[in-house]
Amino acid sequence: MKAFTYARAKSAAEAAAAVAQTPGAKFLAGGTNLLDLMKLQIETPTHLVDVQDLGFDKIEATPEGGLRIGALVRNTALASDPRVRRDYGVLTRAIVAGASGQLRNKATTAGNLLQRTRCPYFYDTNQPCNKRQPGSGCAAIGGYSRQLGVVGTSDACIATYPGDMAVAMRVLDAQVETVDPAGARRSIPIADFHRLWGDTPQVETNLKRGELITAVTLPRPLGGKHIYQKVRDRASYAFALVSVAAVIQPDGSGRVAFGGVAPKPWRVETAEAAMPQGAKAVTTQVFAVARPTNDNRFKLLLAERTLAAVIAEARA
Amino acid sequence: MRFDTPAGTNPIDQLKVVGRATSRIDGKFKTTGTAPYAYERHDVVPNQAYGFVVGAAIAKGRISAMNVEDAKAAPGVLAVVSTLDYAKPLPLGKMNIAHLFGGADVAHYHQAIAVVIAETFEQARAAASLIRTDYARSPGKFDLAREAADAPIAPASDKTKLPIDKVGDFAGAFAAAPVKLDQTYMTPDESHAMMEPHASIAAWDGDKLTVWTSNQMIHWSKGSLATTLSIPEEKVRVDSPYIGGGFGGKLFIRSDVVLAALGAKAARRPVKIALTRPLMMNNTTHRPATIQHIRMGATRDGRLTAIAHSSTSGNLPDGKPETAVEQTKLLYAAANRETYMKLATLDLPEGNAMRAPGEAPGLMVLEMAMDEMAEKLGVDPVEFRILNDTQVDPEKPGRPFSQRHLVECLRTGAEKFGWSKRHATPGRVREGRYLIGMGMAAGIRNNQLTKSAARIKLERDGRLTVETDMTDIGTGTYTILAQTAAEMMGVPLDRIDVKLGDSDFPASSGSGGQWGANNSTAGLYAACVKLRAAVARQLGFIEADVQFADGKVTAGGRSVDLRDAARGGPIVAEDGIEYGTLDKQYQQSTFAGHFVEVAVDGYTGETRIRRMLAVCDAGRILNPKTARSQVIGAMTMGAGAALVEELAVDKRFGFFVNHDLASYEVPVHADIPHQEVIFLDYPDDKSSPMKAKGVGELGLCGVGAAIANAIYNATGVRVRDYPITLDKYLEKLPEMS
Ligand SMILES: Cc1cc2nc3c(=O)[nH]c(=O)nc-3n(C[C@H](O)[C@H](O)[C@H](O)COP(=O)(O)OP(=O)(O)OC[C@H]3O[C@@H](n4cnc5c(N)ncnc54)[C@H](O)[C@@H]3O)c2cc1C
Ligand code: SF4
Repeated sequence: MKAFTYARAKSAAEAAAAVAQTPGAKFLAGGTNLLDLMKLQIETPTHLVDVQDLGFDKIEATPEGGLRIGALVRNTALASDPRVRRDYGVLTRAIVAGASGQLRNKATTAGNLLQRTRCPYFYDTNQPCNKRQPGSGCAAIGGYSRQLGVVGTSDACIATYPGDMAVAMRVLDAQVETVDPAGARRSIPIADFHRLWGDTPQVETNLKRGELITAVTLPRPLGGKHIYQKVRDRASYAFALVSVAAVIQPDGSGRVAFGGVAPKPWRVETAEAAMPQGAKAVTTQVFAVARPTNDNRFKLLLAERTLAAVIAEARA
Repeated sequence: MRFDTPAGTNPIDQLKVVGRATSRIDGKFKTTGTAPYAYERHDVVPNQAYGFVVGAAIAKGRISAMNVEDAKAAPGVLAVVSTLDYAKPLPLGKMNIAHLFGGADVAHYHQAIAVVIAETFEQARAAASLIRTDYARSPGKFDLAREAADAPIAPASDKTKLPIDKVGDFAGAFAAAPVKLDQTYMTPDESHAMMEPHASIAAWDGDKLTVWTSNQMIHWSKGSLATTLSIPEEKVRVDSPYIGGGFGGKLFIRSDVVLAALGAKAARRPVKIALTRPLMMNNTTHRPATIQHIRMGATRDGRLTAIAHSSTSGNLPDGKPETAVEQTKLLYAAANRETYMKLATLDLPEGNAMRAPGEAPGLMVLEMAMDEMAEKLGVDPVEFRILNDTQVDPEKPGRPFSQRHLVECLRTGAEKFGWSKRHATPGRVREGRYLIGMGMAAGIRNNQLTKSAARIKLERDGRLTVETDMTDIGTGTYTILAQTAAEMMGVPLDRIDVKLGDSDFPASSGSGGQWGANNSTAGLYAACVKLRAAVARQLGFIEADVQFADGKVTAGGRSVDLRDAARGGPIVAEDGIEYGTLDKQYQQSTFAGHFVEVAVDGYTGETRIRRMLAVCDAGRILNPKTARSQVIGAMTMGAGAALVEELAVDKRFGFFVNHDLASYEVPVHADIPHQEVIFLDYPDDKSSPMKAKGVGELGLCGVGAAIANAIYNATGVRVRDYPITLDKYLEKLPEMS
């Protein structure tokens, strides 16, 4: 860990400005990801702007009939909110499938969206990694890649976005609300929030420097059955090999997004028309452009079978 | 005390304290944070500085240059010790294979190459990242499968045996057998992954060194540390009263203690060091992967006539093989046998002992093969094992087991578990989306006898203090030693104080190889016999049979308070146990029957254990509560081995990639819903005056195969490559919808 300075911001504008103006500055929310990475010298911010006093800790109804989730709402609070449990069950299920109770008590909505990959080579500063050290190469290609991505990856990086919450937000068509250092606000569809790695795997989202997440909004409830199924080697406290977030209507139509397979929650809307025909019809399209490694080719079949389980559960 | 004839009746047989389920006497310290672990011993010496160890970034080669100037100049830094400060590696301790420090050569990934000492941990860590090292890489061998074919045969671990251990005519009998099995299996590299990292504080007082560390074997480690640092053994004191798990990873000294000592010398300050989790996995030791080959021949009615087992593992030059064939020499009868090991040279980190070394991976394979063979024969797996039971060492039929109640373990287990409900044809039982299966396996682990000494003191106030360099690695040693002393001296448990882990105390067996409980209590038994004699003398008893009970000493109608003996001052007795040849005359082993039920998600292939049962035959159970904890912990480790644990080797760069606890998965609570343990509790008079045997590793022996066999029974898919993760069988699962 490099020595760094620390300040608690009093307003969103001040926080955004501080990060924009100070080279090497970062926001700090729950710290459950950022601090770990700093201890390992993977992240080396020179200045931390703690955003926990900004008050973005409420979940409010929107005029459109949806919910506005403050960026600092803790994962536990979000998952257990009665409105979320009732109307956005897939989100509750996704959150409680992640990490551990202690971590979820600390982790925030914004921090969760921005959690970084779990590629093991990213975690070892002795190894080349384009994401950690642009241009150094990718140790995972040709190496141990069982956990890594099968679709949307690039020749520069085959890592995944590892989180659960965002996969549910993707099927719900959430919007990420931000404010930038100039005070301008915008709303980014979750589909456009995370980027594919391409040649710049170090750039993971479309946030601008100093742009602060203030909230995530959910549109009106979709109805239907909300299911999140996360497949992993052990029963708890592990990242997904594959996860499926789905909202399925009584007529068999529905939406589905996949986690653990790509640089972002992976959803191909055009494939959803095939939902009534069953899992294979959907996954064939969703993973049409897949480029798995030998270690992780099984994820394709796993995604199909997991979706089949989800569809069966929805029908039951 | 020499133990060379079977034990007669002795005070332990009263079982007033010994044999009773007793909570750990150190439990309240553990749960209230008042049992300090090595890194937390802030009060033992003032002015402690912090060390941070740097590991090599390559697996094999040479350091061509190292720049430590920036690190030295960093804030708070007191000293930097580099491996290049030494022309060649420091001498190896007795059991070490990989050099711990010194010289420019790199023999494995994360070999320690420098330590930074600073005022704070954060300063040491930050400065460590400023060290710049240039390497000249050399090609290394990292792929066991590739090296296996040319690997030479290794010497037998029992030096009296030939490398290829043969009985009868295996080839002939195998060829002639009407039912045969010939299969190859694999087990992966595994990490001990204990909670507490390797950690040490070192302080010099002139030429005297004291280390407060976390170590299972105090006496070995004192000697090894002296050797490595080239100082006389008398100048070294090792203290390790509490240990947050070791599983064999702390049997020998590691770089933490050596670098704390070197760092303390360089900084002229006491220094504390804990290895980081990645360093635990690549800097220290691991259980080596194996490729095992089993051939079995049997008559049609299920009697084994031929059995051959070979195992190939790898290690650094001069390393040892994983002794995965040992149990096959003992577990089943068969007139024709052949066992041997091959050892490839690999440039991965050092392979060494991890809980039940040899037997753990050996039984994962042998007991899967037995399941396959039972199926070929159309015999129930429990009955198949019973049919091939032996009461004598199959290699030396004149040599009986001291005791062997394996058949009772299996029958009791089958009955309690509801084995009769198992469907013999795999893939037949479904509950909704889940495929349900049951599996079982036998377990064996030897009872090792090794000398152990202790001191016991009767204080003026009537309390008793036990001192021995024995360690409690979370196993309950404090408690069983207190129980032993209480039983022997006829006092309640709360009058005993137990002090452990200090090399100034009499040398004990230490903790390892499941030998700790029986040997260390037997050593204390010997000391207690001496103390009883001294007390009787002091109180003027001349009778041969003096009773110690209820705090009183009684004989010939006279009864005196035990306390009275120490009126004139404390009475101290020291003795130890030494063994004759009872372990040569008799094969001493412990046995288990493991039973497991699993549910495999028919869609996703996720295997979840539903319930586990172990029935254990391990001599007298000194404390059923702590013994049970040992066994359920071991069963949990077995679940890890069967289902998730694998150090993933990067075969290009030569290191274990998943070197943290997020990526090296061990079971969590949700993986272990229900465990049951039954002890048969037959005192074994050949093992020691305690009539106890080891139990801490037995719980791991066989459980992995029982899980594997249950997965097969559930799915009909046989995976011979551990861990049995879903990617290895997903495509063979039945269609679900
Ligand atoms: C052991 C372990 C297991 C885990 N398992 C899972 C799992 O199974 N599934 C899962 O989904 N997750 C898992 N996680 C990850 C966990 O969900 C994240 O660590 C957590 O959600 C991050 O939230 P935080 O508030 O602590 O973020 P921080 O660590 O504080 O921040 C993360 C990033 O977000 C940035 N940031 C924070 N707030 C803002 C803001 N308002 N605007 C802009 N940028 C911001 C920070 O600068 C930083 O880059 C696990 C984590 C651990 C440590
Ligand atoms: S996959 Fe991406 S994160 Fe992993 S080593 Fe390659 S570049 Fe780095």
